[in-house]
Amino acid sequence: MKLIIGFLGLCLTSLVSNAQLKLPAGFKAVTVLSDFGSVRHIAVAPNGVVFIHLGRLKDGKGIYRLQDTNGDGKPDKIFAFGDFPGTGMAIRDGYLYASSDEEVFRYKLDADANVVNPGHPERIVTGLLARGEHQPKAITLDYSGNLYVNIGAYSNACQIDDRQKGSPGRMPCPILDSAGGIWQFRADVPNQTYGNDHDHRYATGLRNVVGLDWNRQTNSLFVMQHGRDQLSYLYPQYWNDKQSAELPAECMYELHKGSDCGYPYIFYDQFQHKQVLGPEYGGDGKKEPSEHYQDPILAFPGHLAPDGLLFYTGDQFPAKYKNGAFIAFHGSWNRAPEPQEGFYVVFAPFENGKPTGKWEIFADNFAGGPDKMSPSKAEHRPCGLAQGPDGSIYVTDDNRNGGVWKISYHK
Amino acid sequence: MKYLLLSFALAFGFMSLTSKPAAPAQSGIKASITRGKQVYLQQCLACHQVDASGVPNMNPPLIKTKQVLGDKTALIKIVLNGLKGVDIDGDSYNGVMAPHPDLTDREIADVLTYVRNSFGNKASAVTAAQVKVVRAAN
Ligand code: HEC
Repeated sequence: MKLIIGFLGLCLTSLVSNAQLKLPAGFKAVTVLSDFGSVRHIAVAPNGVVFIHLGRLKDGKGIYRLQDTNGDGKPDKIFAFGDFPGTGMAIRDGYLYASSDEEVFRYKLDADANVVNPGHPERIVTGLLARGEHQPKAITLDYSGNLYVNIGAYSNACQIDDRQKGSPGRMPCPILDSAGGIWQFRADVPNQTYGNDHDHRYATGLRNVVGLDWNRQTNSLFVMQHGRDQLSYLYPQYWNDKQSAELPAECMYELHKGSDCGYPYIFYDQFQHKQVLGPEYGGDGKKEPSEHYQDPILAFPGHLAPDGLLFYTGDQFPAKYKNGAFIAFHGSWNRAPEPQEGFYVVFAPFENGKPTGKWEIFADNFAGGPDKMSPSKAEHRPCGLAQGPDGSIYVTDDNRNGGVWKISYHK
Repeated sequence: MKYLLLSFALAFGFMSLTSKPAAPAQSGIKASITRGKQVYLQQCLACHQVDASGVPNMNPPLIKTKQVLGDKTALIKIVLNGLKGVDIDGDSYNGVMAPHPDLTDREIADVLTYVRNSFGNKASAVTAAQVKVVRAAN
C-alpha cells in the first residue's frame, strides 16, 4: 500500500510540474515522459501527437508515438514501431521522416496522425556513410519538397591518424566527398543514394551537425556545428587547457547551396573574432587561412555540443521569442580538466531573420546540480527540440533513462 | 583510512604478482602509481575524464571494465595500438582511441598501474618489462 501511495505521489509530482528545470518567470515545465529511454529527436503532429526517436531500441522498437487522449499532459496511448534506433525525426506534409545511421525512411500518417503502415516504411535515402564517429544522421525538411541530411565527418580534424599527436591533416581532406556536410535529397523519391557525385551535396566543411532547422522567415537552412576537439591535448605548444576548454566556438551557420564552412582547414576563434588556420594545416592559433570560408552567424563557447535547434514560430511565448532560436546544448566532455559546461537550452533572439548577437540560458539545470556537470553524472542531457501546435516546446533527454518535457508559458 | 585502502590495494597487487620474479617492491608500485597519475592527466584524461567515468556513448569508463582488470597483454595493446568499434562490457562507443606508441615502456606501465589501482579498481601492477615484451611482439 505504501508502495502504491509512493508511486502515485511520484506520478503526481511529475505530472504537475518539473521542479528541477530552471526557467524564466512565467514558464513551466511538465514531465511528459521520464525514465523511458535514450530520446534523441522529436516531432509533433498538427493535432499534438508526439513522435520520438530512440538512440537505443526499447522493447525492440526505435520510434514511439505518444498520444494524450484525456488532456492530463501525460501520454496514455503509446504505440511503438520501427525496428531501427536513430536520431532524425521530422514531420512534413502528412509523413513522418525517421533516420537510422545509414538510411532515411518515411511513414504515411492519417488525419489523426496514426501511422498507416508501421511495418513498411518507404526507404527514401540509403547507403549513408556511418563509421562510428559522428554517425547519427540528423534531418530536417524545407517547404518545397526537399530533405536535408547531416553526414558527419568520421574524424576529429581529418588527421592521417585520427586524434593522434603529431599526425598532420590530410590535404585535401578526402572525407569531404562523402561526409562533413549537409546533403539534399527529394523528400518523396525512394531509394536515393549519393555515391561520389556532388549533385546532392548542399553544403560542405561542416564537421558534424546534430541540431538543424529550416527557418520559415528567411526561407533558409540553419545548422549548429559541433566544433573540433582536443586543441590543448594535440597542440599544447599553442593552447593551454583553459583556452582549449573555450575553443573553438560552437557555430551557427545559415546555409545556402554551395556553402563551405571550412572544416577541417579552419576553425572560428570567438575571442579574436576570426577564422584561424587549423593546427593540422600549419596553424598556430593566430595565422589566418589564405582562403576565406563562410563565417558563422552566431558563435557560442566551445564544446557545449548543440544537439537540437528550433526556430520558434508560436504565439504562446512572449513576443521576444517569436522567430528566435532555441538551442539544446547536450553538455561538454572535451573541457576536461577544466569544469564541463552546457546541459541547458539556450535562447538566441532574432530580428528580421538575423540573430541579435545576444543569447541567454532559457532552461537550465538538466544536470541536476553543480556537482553533476559532467556527461556521466548529469541526470539529464538535453538533445531534441520541437514545437507543439499550442506553441509549447518539447525538450528530450537522451540519457539512458531519458524522457521528454513540455515547456509552456502562463502569464 | 586512506592508508588502509592503499595498503590493501598494494597487498592485492603484490599478491597477484608473487609468482613473477620481476615484481616491483611495494614502494616501487607506489612510485609507479604516482608517476602514472601524471601520464594519465596528460594522455588519457581528455577522453576518459578526471574520475575515469568516461562519456556515455562516446568514451568508455575505466572503472572495473573487463579490459582494465583483465589480461595485461590485451590492455597494453590497447594503449599501444588504440581501439575502435569494440563493445566495452556490452556497450558500444562512438569515440576513437588513438594509439600511443610514443609513450615509453615505463610510462605505459605506470599509467596502467595507476588506472588499475585507482577509481575503485584493484588489480596487479603492470611492469615496464611486460610492456617491452608486448611491444616487441606487437
Ligand atoms: C581520444 C580519446 C582517448 C584517449 C586520449 C584515450 N582513450 Fe582510451 N578509449 C577511448 C575510446 C573511444 C575507447 C573505446 C573504443 C572502442 O570501444 O572501440 C577507449 C578504450 C580504452 C580502454 C578499454 C576499454 C575500457 O574502458 O576499459 C582502456 C583500458 C583505455 N581506453 C585506456 C586508456 C589510457 C590508459 C589512455 C591514456 C594513455 C587512453 N585510454 C587514452 C578514447 C580515448
